[in-house]
Amino acid sequence: MNFDLSDEQVLLREAARDAFSRVRTVEAAREALEGGELPDLWSTAQQAGWTGLLIDEQHGGAGLGAIDAMLVLAEAGRVLASVPLLGHLPATAVLNAGGLDDGTLGKLASGELRAAYVAARPGDDVDPAWTAEPRSGRRRAPAPSVVRGDEGLATVSGSVAWVPDAVGADVLVVVGVEAGRPVAVAIGASAGGVSVEPASGVYDATRPLGHVTLNDACGRVLAADEEELRRAWFLAHALIAAESLGAVEECLERSVAYAKERYTFGRAIGSYQAVKHALTEVLRRQENTRSLLYYAGWAYADKPDEFAAAASAARAAGGAALDFAAREVISVHGGIGATWEHDAPLFFRRAQLSRRLLGGTGDAVDRLAGELLAGSAAGA
Amino acid sequence: MDLNDTPEQAAYRAEVRAWLEQNASHAPATRGRGDEEQAVATHRAWQRRLAEAGYVGVTWPAEHGGQGKGPLHQVVINQEIARAGVPGILDAIGVGMLGPTLIAHGSDEQKQRYLAPMLHADEVWCQLFSEPAAGSDLAGIQSRARKEEDGSWRLSGQKVWTTNAQFAAYGLLLARTDPDAHKHKGLTMFVVPMDAEGVTIRPLRQISGEPEFNEVFFDDVKLEPGSEVGAVNGGWGVALTTLMFERLTIGAGSEGMGYRADRFASAIASDPVAAKDPEVRARFGELATELLALRFTGYRLLTAISRGQIPGPEAGMGKITAVNGAIAAGDLIADVLGPEALDPDSEWSYLISFLPGLKSAGGTEEILRNTVGERVLGLPPEPRLDKGVPFSELRAKERQEVAS
Repeated sequence: MNFDLSDEQVLLREAARDAFSRVRTVEAAREALEGGELPDLWSTAQQAGWTGLLIDEQHGGAGLGAIDAMLVLAEAGRVLASVPLLGHLPATAVLNAGGLDDGTLGKLASGELRAAYVAARPGDDVDPAWTAEPRSGRRRAPAPSVVRGDEGLATVSGSVAWVPDAVGADVLVVVGVEAGRPVAVAIGASAGGVSVEPASGVYDATRPLGHVTLNDACGRVLAADEEELRRAWFLAHALIAAESLGAVEECLERSVAYAKERYTFGRAIGSYQAVKHALTEVLRRQENTRSLLYYAGWAYADKPDEFAAAASAARAAGGAALDFAAREVISVHGGIGATWEHDAPLFFRRAQLSRRLLGGTGDAVDRLAGELLAGSAAGA
Repeated sequence: MDLNDTPEQAAYRAEVRAWLEQNASHAPATRGRGDEEQAVATHRAWQRRLAEAGYVGVTWPAEHGGQGKGPLHQVVINQEIARAGVPGILDAIGVGMLGPTLIAHGSDEQKQRYLAPMLHADEVWCQLFSEPAAGSDLAGIQSRARKEEDGSWRLSGQKVWTTNAQFAAYGLLLARTDPDAHKHKGLTMFVVPMDAEGVTIRPLRQISGEPEFNEVFFDDVKLEPGSEVGAVNGGWGVALTTLMFERLTIGAGSEGMGYRADRFASAIASDPVAAKDPEVRARFGELATELLALRFTGYRLLTAISRGQIPGPEAGMGKITAVNGAIAAGDLIADVLGPEALDPDSEWSYLISFLPGLKSAGGTEEILRNTVGERVLGLPPEPRLDKGVPFSELRAKERQEVAS
């Protein structure tokens, strides 16, 4: 029994924290809301080797696992760093499984090229259809349709909204369907029939989103099987949860620090039960999220049958934890916490947008229920 | 990250499993009504059998009849006992918490006299700490022991929430011995024979109708000289040792509370309409998130224990998650099944009735959050009106405030 990070993983986390600490990411997050430039963290990711984190060593990657990816994203989330790994990492996991051996993997591993994951949600026990993010509303969009051609090529048509990190990506890893079965196709962003429109009305400037439209766009079919395409969806969920965990940690640290130094009625506000109990609730949710992320990381490597349930639980816990923590950091700081002067609104904005991506936390809750009720998970 | 055993643990697990397979037929039924005396006798014999095989008190030092092994061996035994579907030992409180307290603080005579019969369930023990007016604020106990000329003691007072008191031979009791000292300073720990004159034990029935606990009254009970455990007026430190072992015992058994998402899932999935109902799924998904988090936080705790760390106050958060998650599960199952879930013979009826009391057991949620807020987050304490005041004055002030 060893349900803890390895020494190497602790080092990876420390290195990530250190790398992000050299950039004024939180200030940049505020400035970007007013049209400022975001710092380029892609070169940081390249130097640290995060770009090839999920690519096998034989293709120039680090060959690490989901838990390692989560540790990096948790550190990014802590400081609201805008680094396009949420799009790149699940995409490279699919490409790596798909055995693309034309040299693209090496360039993705080094970060010379950047990929984005154009996701399809796997069907579940209620509806077996694979679906895509709609622009608006509860009804999910059909996943793009794939028509296979010669020599491993295919054309893809359809729309996927709110795709993280799609703008500026070199390779789009699109999960579409052919006769009801999911197929992944790698499409160059500059290929004909590809349109990536930056999402307007930016609520969290550190989270670039794009609407992808494909019109008979031609790409290469990847050999990743259905199970691997399911994994990619849940990997993206686990990564969003990891980002949330980092942001929760930061919110809690700031809340506790302020609750110790701010006095009302002759007492530090942290001495009041009402404040103390709310902050222990942030801690409880934070540690629950951490445990579920460890579960997801462990399941990804050793218990693939449970990965869907584990990642969904982590996403559900992390999304709710960050919403709670972001509201609490505002509340502890009082009125100032809700102003542009303060950093708390930036974490609040991150919480609100992230909770709605890729089906949203509500979908993760439903997925976990479905997985458990169908008896396919957590029976160990 | 690895949930597998080391080769040494795997070998130990195989040994325990083989033994349980051979001996499970001697185990009492896990739950059920019937003759209590008979049930206790069977359970006693079961603990004795386990003890003779070396599976009771495995973490106790060998000189006291234990195996001198690490807490993870205890975890392996707990897991295998749960897997075999048989009950654990009869006196988990004695062996897990009170015995280790005696080993840490007791005199050589006490260790000689009490430990071996405790291990073999020849003498079962009970914990006499909580009182009607002292639970979360344990140091506020009022049971009073007065020293006589000959070194014996006279004990009067009332204890409550006492598991196993009705068949216990001895109790470990915290009493006030110096009311003029500050609250935490005037306490002493004692060994109390439960058959002594002046001890009255009354069952305390719970919401379920079953008497899970007792209340115990002491009316001028005589305790022989040398009944003190640890120093006179040093009882608070002894009590903290017991509470530390309580956290360790709960931590080592954290998987075994039975509040697992998959258990509740099968009850809901048995109704195919409920299993597809969005509202049921939303509620179930939320509570399953909590219970899965509980299970995997338990593995983090076990990892820490296996490295020799003692669980700190943060472990108390697990109880909050467990109880609230299980309450939500019982509530949902009753909504799905309807009144049938509340049939007295239903396992859900028992669960639903049991949980409101569990919310206060081992410290209320409110006091656990205070402790975690202060000791883990480092938040400033609540203002304390009882600090630095002699206990007798404090009580007088309390009575005055209530009267005014």
